[in-house]
Amino acid sequence: MQPLILTFQLALIVTAILFVLGVPLAYWIAFSRNRFKYVVETLVSMPLVLPPTVIGFYLLIAFSPQYFLGHFLESFLGVRVVFSFTGLVIGSVLFSLPFMVNPIKAGLQNFPLALMEASYVLGKSPWETLRRVILPNIKPALLTGIVMAFAHTIGEFGVVLMIGGNIPGETRLASIAIYNEVEALNYDTAGLYALILVAISFSILLVFYYLNRKPLKIF
Amino acid sequence: MIKLRLKKEMHTPIGKEWLDLDLNISKGEFITLYGESGAGKTTFLRILAGLTQPQEGSIEVDGEIWFDSRKKINLSIQQRKTGFVFQENSLFPHMTVRENLEYACGDKKYHSSIEEWMGAMGLKGLEGQKPDKISGGQKQRAALIRALISRPKILLLDEPLSDLDMNARFNLQDEIIKVYQKTKITTIMVSHDLSEVFKLSKKVFVIDRGKITKSGSPQEVFVNNDLSGKFKFTGEIIEIHKDGVINILTLSIGNHVAKVVASDEEIFGLTVGSKVIVAAKAFNPIILKA
Repeated sequence: MQPLILTFQLALIVTAILFVLGVPLAYWIAFSRNRFKYVVETLVSMPLVLPPTVIGFYLLIAFSPQYFLGHFLESFLGVRVVFSFTGLVIGSVLFSLPFMVNPIKAGLQNFPLALMEASYVLGKSPWETLRRVILPNIKPALLTGIVMAFAHTIGEFGVVLMIGGNIPGETRLASIAIYNEVEALNYDTAGLYALILVAISFSILLVFYYLNRKPLKIF
Repeated sequence: MIKLRLKKEMHTPIGKEWLDLDLNISKGEFITLYGESGAGKTTFLRILAGLTQPQEGSIEVDGEIWFDSRKKINLSIQQRKTGFVFQENSLFPHMTVRENLEYACGDKKYHSSIEEWMGAMGLKGLEGQKPDKISGGQKQRAALIRALISRPKILLLDEPLSDLDMNARFNLQDEIIKVYQKTKITTIMVSHDLSEVFKLSKKVFVIDRGKITKSGSPQEVFVNNDLSGKFKFTGEIIEIHKDGVINILTLSIGNHVAKVVASDEEIFGLTVGSKVIVAAKAFNPIILKA
């Protein structure tokens, strides 16, 4: 059970971090007139096209104690990123970023400008408008971001294997455990993990699509 | 007192135009802006509210400078806090009518006036309804209260009645007059409906392609002065029917439809949809008790 619990712990933490990061980032991309936003937008979507091993490889290099960033983190802050749970969180946040940011960005871009302006002329700041007017009206987009980021984190393999390795109780996630058991020819255990992952992922997505069948009615 | 002088480039369907305005509006006046679509009426309101920035000029409201391109002063939309009623429904869909109004209050001290406003505007009993459950007219009433409830310095109405049917429209016109008489708030209303202009305002500015071409009372501006009509109405042509040597015009005047005979010279240049003035000269109507 340990790999499954670890997987869901990771997915929860990653989704929470992504929500906090994703909303402001999506807001900035949706409404900023800064020229560089297209660069940021592109970077956010890179994990969609790159093989996970590429991101995993760069993270592994960046956070390796042999190089500057990894060395700095380890010697001054005592944090080891590679082959640790922290590393999995960082890798997963980067890798699932587009799954959180893109739906929220789309929700914000489709939000009627007149409602935002109506809030501004009532003397409300952009922050208050976001919190009290925009976010409550784009709940389907927020839900999509949350579910997709969560589900995608559960399904990760390449990035987490590259940066986290295969340490039981620390970095051995369900997806890695399956690979591990198959390598060891323990097909029964692998099959059990696989079945549980299928069942849980199916349930999450089924509930999500059911809730979103009439996007505006349920809220 | 609003003193305003501004220049703003507009992109219209027929190309670039300059909105070039220089006008003063006294405190407590009810002004209408009349003009074709694309003339710059809405842009003018948006500039006042701070939603759009002019290239140059200055805006002064009651001695306070809201915008000055030379001194680089530009009060934010929030600081100007104008009362703005948009053309389309702009109530927040996730809030009830009451929550919409409370959101607008900001300060709790205005909460007590919500009941009073709802009653005065005929919205009693709808407090708990979401906007999609009430009619277009009710939505715009709620939007009007929302714009007024925290006592803005100016009220800007951007064709708030244009999406309403005739009846709702007339009712809301009466409400706007009532509200204005009660609050005496400086009001600027955009309209391209002549009967509305006549009914609501004492002063009208006609905007054409970004410039003010005429201003004054609706009578002075629209009614041909050498016409000594005892009766004058503005209406819109619904149908032109040629019958032998005469033409029969069907006109919509207020919420009535009337048929009028016209000669070929009279209807020259008129088409269905043209705004016309219908006046009667030298006749005395019969008055009957209704």
